[in-house]
Amino acid sequence: MISLANPSRFLSLVDRVVPWLSALVAILLGIGLYMSLFVAPPDYQQGETVKIMFVHVPAAWLGMFGYTLIAIAALGTLIWRHPLADVAAKTAAPIGATFTFIALVTGSLWGKPMWGTYWVWDARLTSMLILLLLYLGLIALWQAIDEPGRAGRAAAILGLVGAINIPIIKFSVDWWNTLHQPASVFRMGGSTIDPSLLTPLFVMAAGFTALFVLLHLIAMRAEILRRRVHALQQTQVERAALAEA
Amino acid sequence: MLDLGTHASFIIAAYGVTFIAVGALVFATLADDRNQRRKLAELERLGIRRRSAKAPPSPTVKTLAKPKTAKAPTKRKSATPRAGKARS
Repeated sequence: MISLANPSRFLSLVDRVVPWLSALVAILLGIGLYMSLFVAPPDYQQGETVKIMFVHVPAAWLGMFGYTLIAIAALGTLIWRHPLADVAAKTAAPIGATFTFIALVTGSLWGKPMWGTYWVWDARLTSMLILLLLYLGLIALWQAIDEPGRAGRAAAILGLVGAINIPIIKFSVDWWNTLHQPASVFRMGGSTIDPSLLTPLFVMAAGFTALFVLLHLIAMRAEILRRRVHALQQTQVERAALAEA
Repeated sequence: MLDLGTHASFIIAAYGVTFIAVGALVFATLADDRNQRRKLAELERLGIRRRSAKAPPSPTVKTLAKPKTAKAPTKRKSATPRAGKARS
């Protein structure tokens, strides 16, 4: 981890990992989609709409994972001043926001035939919407401040404050009486889902997670390069000013 | 043929939204990465590079650099000392 604090070493690692990770994403998502659409049987209550769960649940997990990553990176920025921490936080926000958006929309599309409504203001749905708003706030904050160091510290504080929403999302179905069903995959006493439905769900979750990591690595590489380009452009401007003087 | 039952439109819409959102994210991420690489390469082509970056071998540098064989001559014992003495 300490050696990866060097951006050049990190870039070299990303260059080597990306082709293998791309292949893994293609394989996992290919198998996952095949199992979800053609192998998984209809649920005894939900019927074929259970297929929506295979994209909704991994997307919701990754929405929460992305924000947890931002909170950890925020600690890296504020406490250890790790040079890649704010790069990791900045680049995780759009990816996490996209997965949270997918979770909200696919959940809504599942809710209409199952609950009879696209939306209810219950604790789980509302806290997920707040998560999306937190992501958008972080993206806006990064866009509003030009200097990356200052933007990183401000975003780190917002990231840490917003992290309180993650346990609220997780335990909202236990703490409040919600229309959203309680935990059915990771729970005390084991999963309540049949293995014929659980297997495609886990394969899709693995594929989505690998995709998240792949996109995050590429986005981090682009951000490091953006900062180098910015620094070089400043050098160019300074040289031109010196030449004129 | 894939049979999605009576709620097929909701399932297709859910997968469609996922494909579009993930596709847009992948496209935007790759485009940004490519764009930054292109900008950096352009700056390096103009000779603007980081202090820590290795400079590519250029003809000017080659001309100015001392060749390995061109070391300063060192004092060597004459192979023919007596001949030297004889001349003096």
